[in-house]
Amino acid sequence: MRRILVTEDSATMRSLLVATIEASGDYEVVEAASGFEALRLLPRERVDLIITDINMPDINGLELINYVRKSETYRNTPLFIISTEGREKDVEKGLTLGANEYLVKPIDPARLQELIRKYIGTAPN
Amino acid sequence: MAEANDISGKAVKDFLAEAEEILDQLCADLGIMSDGIDTGECDPDSLNSVFRGAHSLKGLAGMFGFAGIQDLAHNMENLLDSLRLGKVDLGSHVMNVLMDSLEALGTMIRNLGEGGAEEPALQPLLKRINDCVTNSGGLESDSVLASLDIPASMINALTEYEEHRLLENIKKSRNIFSVLASFSLATFDQDLAELTDSLKKNGEVISTLPSVGSNMESSIDFEILFGSAKGLEEVAALVAEANATARWVNAGAGTPRKTAGEAVAAKPLVIEDAFPVPVETDEAQVPSGGAETGITAKSMSRTVRVDIGKLDDLMNIVGELVLSHSTISDIGEKMRKAGYSTMLAELLKAAKGLERKLNELQKGVMEIRMIPVGQLYEKMGRIVRKISKEQGKKVDLRLFGADTELDKLIMEDIADPLMHIIRNAIDHGIESPEERRNSGRSERGAIRLSSYQKGNHVVIEVEDDGRGIDLDKVKRKAIEKGLIPPNDTLTDREAVELIFLPGFSTSDKVSEISGRGVGMDVVKNNIAAVSGMVDVESVPGQGSRMTITLPITLAIIKALIISTAGRYYALPITSVLESIMIESTDILTVERKEVIQLRENTLPLLRLNRFFQLNGEQESENVFVVVVGVADKRLGIVVHELMGQQDIVIKTLGPVFEGVRGVSGAADLGDQRTILVLDVGGIISEATKGGCQV
Repeated sequence: MRRILVTEDSATMRSLLVATIEASGDYEVVEAASGFEALRLLPRERVDLIITDINMPDINGLELINYVRKSETYRNTPLFIISTEGREKDVEKGLTLGANEYLVKPIDPARLQELIRKYIGTAPN
Repeated sequence: MAEANDISGKAVKDFLAEAEEILDQLCADLGIMSDGIDTGECDPDSLNSVFRGAHSLKGLAGMFGFAGIQDLAHNMENLLDSLRLGKVDLGSHVMNVLMDSLEALGTMIRNLGEGGAEEPALQPLLKRINDCVTNSGGLESDSVLASLDIPASMINALTEYEEHRLLENIKKSRNIFSVLASFSLATFDQDLAELTDSLKKNGEVISTLPSVGSNMESSIDFEILFGSAKGLEEVAALVAEANATARWVNAGAGTPRKTAGEAVAAKPLVIEDAFPVPVETDEAQVPSGGAETGITAKSMSRTVRVDIGKLDDLMNIVGELVLSHSTISDIGEKMRKAGYSTMLAELLKAAKGLERKLNELQKGVMEIRMIPVGQLYEKMGRIVRKISKEQGKKVDLRLFGADTELDKLIMEDIADPLMHIIRNAIDHGIESPEERRNSGRSERGAIRLSSYQKGNHVVIEVEDDGRGIDLDKVKRKAIEKGLIPPNDTLTDREAVELIFLPGFSTSDKVSEISGRGVGMDVVKNNIAAVSGMVDVESVPGQGSRMTITLPITLAIIKALIISTAGRYYALPITSVLESIMIESTDILTVERKEVIQLRENTLPLLRLNRFFQLNGEQESENVFVVVVGVADKRLGIVVHELMGQQDIVIKTLGPVFEGVRGVSGAADLGDQRTILVLDVGGIISEATKGGCQV
């Protein structure tokens, strides 16, 4: 089963993302409520796709991307950034650091599903 | 957007809960920033935290389609971003715009919470926010960054804000270091926090960059960018405790300095002086929301959010259990009277065990509802700052007893009255700085807010060191308004109570703050509605003190059941001091009021049947008197019979009966009898007012 890491500090937002992902197919979601939690989970859990917010209190999303791209295991793992309007400079940096796609809040569920299928595909139930 | 509201009631509730948490944090952070302005500095961490709060709220609102909130948060975020990037200077004018925006956000969110429609963000307010943002501002050059001895990947991982902080540190001629540390994956968050805490005491932590450790599964490395006035040896020594190393980074900025020492402060964050610029008349009408009551949970990680309705349900269930227990006890009594002694012993034992468990359960549920008064203090702090600035007065707020706990519902209901009392204290009590100087006192007035538990009550005191209450002025106004006859002789204690009469106000102009129909009588009624009492003391030229006495909780209480004229009533045990039997000849009449001598004091009496205008005078020689008291007031209630003690659950009677003095609710007695629960504070007030012939 394909596994997706969702790193997002807003609980409400995170649960919406999880619901959207689970509704779109046979995916298992690993949740992290902060950058630190993601750092703890990544070495232990095997994930096929990483979705992260940029604006987080402990380490920001860019630093997480940097970490991910420098690690052997996740060097080539697909990675999406979630950002809000008006933070284009940070999104640019994220893409330069190696993120594959970005989504702007409010997230369009259809677009998220489309991108997930495009990168790690699994036929939906 | 109507669809958003239909998504699911639960989702909207989640939004509200999270939005209010964000709001509370914003409130606290803005408070810190506001205090900072007075001393001329702006804490970048608080500013950044406020920025993040607005940013999160914008995203959250956008997700749910609450365009008004999203719009306002978005505009605030722009302003805050400009502030933290140094493009806009923080001063009291901008601070006021931020405070007003926060208040508007609170109102909009509360409207949603009460089921109202979302209102669009106010155009005038948005304009005020945008007027603060200028697009001109220092543009930072990339060449400065490139000349630093930092790997390009680290620079690329800095957000725009972190870049700005780095450049600020360089401008202030601070030394920039890179600290490398390696931690075990299991404990890195604590270890990192310890390291950054000790670094923060000596400078600014600009960024922390994680990278994979030597063994990805068990360790993790961090490169920390740190700006400080300290030299390399000091910093290296500081981080050595965490087994970390430090090296120079800004070698490109000329000779590496050992100490930044007497640095040329390049462009400090400019703070204007503390008094606000006069405000234009066409300013935005910020919707006045009164006291911001909010549903809060203290911290996301260690607590569980509970819907207050569920707690009420739990309390109801506990109440029913209490009744069942009473029934069992009653059956036991009946059995004893009928002579079934062996089975009875077992039954009574079981009943006792049940009672013990019930007490524990009741205590446990009540504790869930208890919230520290400190939460109320935070809101009051903001109000004091705002009003004292508006009035041009200097006020220090001193807080005591923030840990004292109070039932959440009671706390919500007294937030508004408390706020009005404090507004009055600043408005009427504390004098202007010149007046205070002229009378030889300190320019800064003080308001002391303290809470403590006293028996089964919580006392909240609001004390100011202002001019006190002018009793002559009060008496004159009362006579003018026809509230007392002209030749009435009142003691000082009675005169000061006049301010609680409806229609009373000594303000000649209706100030927006304490006028507009919210007088002390409304405050007193609101407090009485939660079975509380308010007293006032004052010394002219020294100050005044308002004392609010509240029950700790309104749920299950022990009560004394009494009867008079064939009707049963319940008296909360917490207000009952003692019950005595006297002879009718002991009753004396002094100035048309009945009293008795109780030890050394004279105790006024109140015949309950006359108070409630019931028929049925008692004609026996022996009379039962229940001595009750709240705060330091005493009264003897004359009743016909004492029926015993019982645990009861007070239920409110609803809005129709709100104005009835002396009754705080009703309770089920278990055998399908419902009786009224007496409000001792209210009865004492009525009795001592002299308004009814008792």
